[in-house]
Amino acid sequence: MTDLAAGAGKKAQRSWKDMDLRAVAPFVALVLLLVLGAFSSPNFLSVDNLLNVLTRSAFIAIIAVGATFVISAGGLDLSVGSMVAFVASLMIMFMNSGVISSLPLMLIAAMALAILIGAACGLANGLITTVGRIEPFIATLGTMGIFRGLTTWLSQGGAITLRSSDLQNLYHPAYFGAVLGVPVPIIVIVATAALGAFVLYRTRYGRHVIAVGSNEDVARYSGIPVNRVRTWTYIIQGLCVAVAVLLYVPRLGSTSATTGTLWELQAITAVVVGGTALRGGVGRIWGTICGAFILEIVGNIMLLSSFVSEYLIGAIQGAIIIIAMLVQRFLMRRN
Amino acid sequence: MTAAAVETRDGPVMQVEGLSKSFGPVEVLRNIGLSFHAGKVHAIIGENGAGKSTLMKILAGHLAPTKGTIRIDGEPVTFTGPVDAEARGIVLVHQEILLAPDLTVAQNLFLGRELSKGLVVDDRAMNERAEKAVRDLGAEIDPRVVVGRLSIAQRQLVQIARALLVPHRVAIFDEPTASLTPIETEALLKVIDDIRNSGIAVLYISHRLPEVKAIADTVSVLRDGNLVATHPAADLQPVDMARLMVGRDVSKLYPDRHAAAAREAALEVEDFSVPGYASNASFRLGKGEILGFAGLVGAGRTELLEGVVGLRAAHGTVKLAGKPVHFADVHDSMKAGIVYLSEDRKGKGLLLQQDLRVNLTLASLGRFMRGLVIDRKRERAALDEAIGEFDIRAGRREMLAGQLSGGNQQKLLLAKMMMLEPEIVVIDEPTRGIDIGTKEQIYKFIAALAEAGKSVIVISSEMPELIGICDRVVVMRAGRIVGEVAGERMTENEIVVLATGATSEEAALVAELP
Repeated sequence: MTDLAAGAGKKAQRSWKDMDLRAVAPFVALVLLLVLGAFSSPNFLSVDNLLNVLTRSAFIAIIAVGATFVISAGGLDLSVGSMVAFVASLMIMFMNSGVISSLPLMLIAAMALAILIGAACGLANGLITTVGRIEPFIATLGTMGIFRGLTTWLSQGGAITLRSSDLQNLYHPAYFGAVLGVPVPIIVIVATAALGAFVLYRTRYGRHVIAVGSNEDVARYSGIPVNRVRTWTYIIQGLCVAVAVLLYVPRLGSTSATTGTLWELQAITAVVVGGTALRGGVGRIWGTICGAFILEIVGNIMLLSSFVSEYLIGAIQGAIIIIAMLVQRFLMRRN
Repeated sequence: MTAAAVETRDGPVMQVEGLSKSFGPVEVLRNIGLSFHAGKVHAIIGENGAGKSTLMKILAGHLAPTKGTIRIDGEPVTFTGPVDAEARGIVLVHQEILLAPDLTVAQNLFLGRELSKGLVVDDRAMNERAEKAVRDLGAEIDPRVVVGRLSIAQRQLVQIARALLVPHRVAIFDEPTASLTPIETEALLKVIDDIRNSGIAVLYISHRLPEVKAIADTVSVLRDGNLVATHPAADLQPVDMARLMVGRDVSKLYPDRHAAAAREAALEVEDFSVPGYASNASFRLGKGEILGFAGLVGAGRTELLEGVVGLRAAHGTVKLAGKPVHFADVHDSMKAGIVYLSEDRKGKGLLLQQDLRVNLTLASLGRFMRGLVIDRKRERAALDEAIGEFDIRAGRREMLAGQLSGGNQQKLLLAKMMMLEPEIVVIDEPTRGIDIGTKEQIYKFIAALAEAGKSVIVISSEMPELIGICDRVVVMRAGRIVGEVAGERMTENEIVVLATGATSEEAALVAELP
């Protein structure tokens, strides 16, 4: 039937009709929230408050960039919250060990170590799901327990704290510093997202991620190394967790068995609210960032205003993910 | 209108008058008028996109017409949905198998209308009635077996049994034989004949014209949304039907091919086994040759060739131009110049949710890289070229592959694999579910490939197709290559004898049919 139109639309212009409403929806929601926030509290739209909110969203936003890769390829990673705790604990213990006497060198080595451990944790998740052929939900449920358990054991149930105050002072600006008035965490969010968007949208690997998530069989029959593509999404997730850890350690200088609890659910919420399909095949990096902002802003509005008790934040975030799915489904039917 | 009421007894069971349907600005059906009579098979044929499936969906209540009237026993009716249509005695047997594979035959038959005894479902009654329903269709299937363990043909029967379980007066069959072998098709046509004889009005949609000729009393032809003709089936030969569908002469469906001389080998496969599917297969493909693979569904043709290109675990010797090669995965064989086009276009060939450009370049992205970045401009240029070369009819470049018709999907899949510039092309069921005009184009394309010195393997369940375009046909049965026919011996009869292991007299009966 569509054949009838052949030839007529040869030079088809991209019109507003081609615009995918699902891609735009999270940004519309963000704007609406900003408007709502402005009404609910006079302080909300102040630059300080907004920068503060964005800064606080950094951990989830950065982790969620990795989750966008995993989910677009049809996977899922539940272990990211406990992975944060595990990587951060090892990083602090390394800095406490004092094996390198020069402070700057020690810091660089510790950061490199965190990146390596994050990548290794991701690799483990990837290999268990692809080579081990275990459902990602189950596989990462398992590693979630393992990372959390190892952290509890390392901390002996207590806290692991960065002891050297000189190191703390040296590392402090990584979270609390600013460049040209923009807090470092916001710069890291933008850089991570930009790099993620480049890889996902412009490179061959990104195209393969989408293909594997759309239909694994088609990808395989097209000569795409499905397992390698999938495994790399988990490594990218591990790297993003490590980057989040690099911001987390200077902020608190301490970890405990409860560090990063439920972050995996917040990251998945950000991804889904951002318009990425949980079944795979669609990945929206900037939507994910937008989703992370939405989650943080909702919390902020609840704190600033007095409509709803801030103890209900979890319930509201849960409601957001359900509403986001309903909106997505509605928009899909219309398309 | 009073006349219609008077005629109720002998008049048509169902009628449509001035029926039109538009999707947005596109009119897909124009002013259709048809009458369906009890105890008759009325075939509706037409190319993909002619509007057949839209018409069926309207008749079965899945879609509402934009204009026009549907009458049952002369009374105008408006269906609120498929359930309403069913309640009025109109049942539709879908082309795709829509059964839950993990439920039993009986559970599927009664899905959504379970028989119950008090609070619990009455399994015994359902099993008994399911057994009878299936036996009425001339088959013996244990109602307690899960559907996932049945063959495609058996599932098709279960689906028909499920539809016919509802009291009905009109039964609509939408391409029921699309995935059946000749023998299974013959059995199904018998079933339809029985349904007709029990006084039901049957609507039969099919691409397979000999089959239509064999079963139909009346044939209506749709072309581009118009009803172009309705004739008694006795007055039409398949070639006339094809001409009416396409609107031009198609007596020459298969391209002329030059008789093949002795050729150097492009591909030699020796003592090759795919565990569980094919064992000890040996065959040879010449340069510039078109080699057919015939056999019943499940004979292991697809699996054997998937093994050869590295898509399945297998062992044996594969030689390319005389040199032994080993393909660890399909990427290796692609690099070596072999491509395989799956019979399952929607499941294994194309990303239906992605646009044409992404699909076209997916297997050959390496050619579109500029450093780390995919050069979208070159991708778009390649798409324009492919659309021209393969005559892919897409309204807009931004369309999703899933929005194309079956024929255009096959052309896009061909274009995608040709981007790899292969020397050897394996095409599995190249024209399944494709209209006759597009078939002709695909045959021409395959012939042109061979003419250009490429080697082609065609796996097909349509024997006329194999005989029409191949130089030789290899026949498989139960995982083994049981013979090879060429030249004078390349006849349907000969192939059926080999494929079934039947005697040639039995085979002649089958080959007569579709």
